[in-house]
Amino acid sequence: MANLVIAEHDHGSLKAATLNVISAAAAIGGDVHVLVAGHNANAAAAAAAQVAGVSKVLLADGPAHAHLLSENAAAQVVAVAAGYSHILAPATAYGKSVAPRVAALLDKAQISDIIKVIDGDTFVRPIYAGNAYATVKSADSVKIITVRGTAFAAAASGGSAAVENVAAVADSGVAGFVSAEITKSERPELTAAKIIVSGGRGLGSGEKYREVLTPLADKLNAAMGASRAAVDAGFVPNDYQVGQTGKIVAPELYVAVGISGAIQHLAGMKDSKVIVAINKDPDAPIFSVADFGLVADLFEAVPELTSKL
Amino acid sequence: MKILVPVKRVVDYNVKVRVKPDNSGVDIANVKMSMNPFCEIAVEEAVRLKEKGVATEIVAVSAGVAQCQETLRNAMAIGADRGILIETDVELQPLAVAKLLKAVVDKEQPKLVVLGKQAIDDDANQTGQMLAALLGWGQATFASKVEVAGDTATVTREVDGGLETVSLKLPAIITTDLRLNEPRYATLPNIMKAKKKQLDNVKPADLGVDVTPRLTTLKVEEPPKRQGGVKVADVAALIDKLKNEAKVI
Repeated sequence: MANLVIAEHDHGSLKAATLNVISAAAAIGGDVHVLVAGHNANAAAAAAAQVAGVSKVLLADGPAHAHLLSENAAAQVVAVAAGYSHILAPATAYGKSVAPRVAALLDKAQISDIIKVIDGDTFVRPIYAGNAYATVKSADSVKIITVRGTAFAAAASGGSAAVENVAAVADSGVAGFVSAEITKSERPELTAAKIIVSGGRGLGSGEKYREVLTPLADKLNAAMGASRAAVDAGFVPNDYQVGQTGKIVAPELYVAVGISGAIQHLAGMKDSKVIVAINKDPDAPIFSVADFGLVADLFEAVPELTSKL
Repeated sequence: MKILVPVKRVVDYNVKVRVKPDNSGVDIANVKMSMNPFCEIAVEEAVRLKEKGVATEIVAVSAGVAQCQETLRNAMAIGADRGILIETDVELQPLAVAKLLKAVVDKEQPKLVVLGKQAIDDDANQTGQMLAALLGWGQATFASKVEVAGDTATVTREVDGGLETVSLKLPAIITTDLRLNEPRYATLPNIMKAKKKQLDNVKPADLGVDVTPRLTTLKVEEPPKRQGGVKVADVAALIDKLKNEAKVI
């Protein structure tokens, strides 16, 4: 039995989520192989080869993979899929776009967003925005799986797998890359940050969000997040959003400022190790999950917190 | 050009679901059912494309129990021209739905299929991508902006860390993210009009699709409850807790 992990990467390095998927694959048991489908992606393949537990890296290097288009990535996975019992991808925008195409092309069911491996056929996954956990068993000979990164530890380094080149597929011709606007930030990435400072509608405006939270985030070297309400109100761009419809995070410390704690938001952050809530409404649902709650006016409490740290 | 919009009937997003005491699933008896919010955004986008003169006809399709026709009527009240119900009592999983939709696409020949990115019940996020693969079409998932010109759709997608724009050769698949649009409310006159619109009923067997589930749900449980902690008196007490008790700063 062997498991194939579809690596998410930027050609030069692996995205952090790939390491969590490698751990999930290791939990299933059997050999773990990693597919790097990229263009001039030797460095990403070399990085995958150094992950502990990986026994082989397949590098499919070609221009069709220059922009990581799902159509080409899925065709590449299918081209190398023979012999694998489990094919796993991160439950990220990339993995979620590629994996179902692979499943359909192989005529297999997909098990999305797993948080636990019971055995090779059986997995736990959240449903209803995390309000219930379903244990599902697959009857298919090959399992296509996406993995919730925060539920599995990142695989360590220390491997020395061989990199094997495989023929890259040709471009599908049905989709093309136009442009990308990736938010540039000096801060750690939300899904990989140890500390997150997150703001909600209580901040009142985008200016206030930045004015109040940025100094605190700077001091803590934290990533900055937001509730869906704050995103919908236009305070910050959508990629700040933490929640069921945004990013799922599990940092060491999550500081929720002016966030009431809608179910949708809690679903995205309740696995954080320590949660702090600062809100002037003592009945806000966020306090029911917070380890430390401070009922206070955030416009006074946050600057005070920043200055005393 | 014709647009196909698949819509799913789900537990209303305002309902807090409860796990059944026997752990066989969640209790959906007597709870409010509505159109999946992402599907609503898909219908709205199709209607806007029709209002811009890009689309000429919008066909809504739903697969599931007989009551899904309410969801189709709702889509028609927003502006879909007609509906197709693929009626079955079998539990439908995404791969089966994608196969049913492929059969409808083969028959209806739309230039564009717009779907919600995921349903808020099973949170699978699979059907649109699976349909695209079965058809050999291009896809743009998590769309936040759609422009159609000639035989090309230019779609801005919400990806991790920002936005990405792709161009798709039509026919193609688009799945909607939250910020694509804000669906309109169906007005009473439009709800009345929708009742008179054409609604066809087919069975999976008519489409030649085997919908047998591949996944079995063994049990459904409440997630572990996170214990709420303490309230602290002031900022100094908070810093003390974080430094000395939690040791996270």
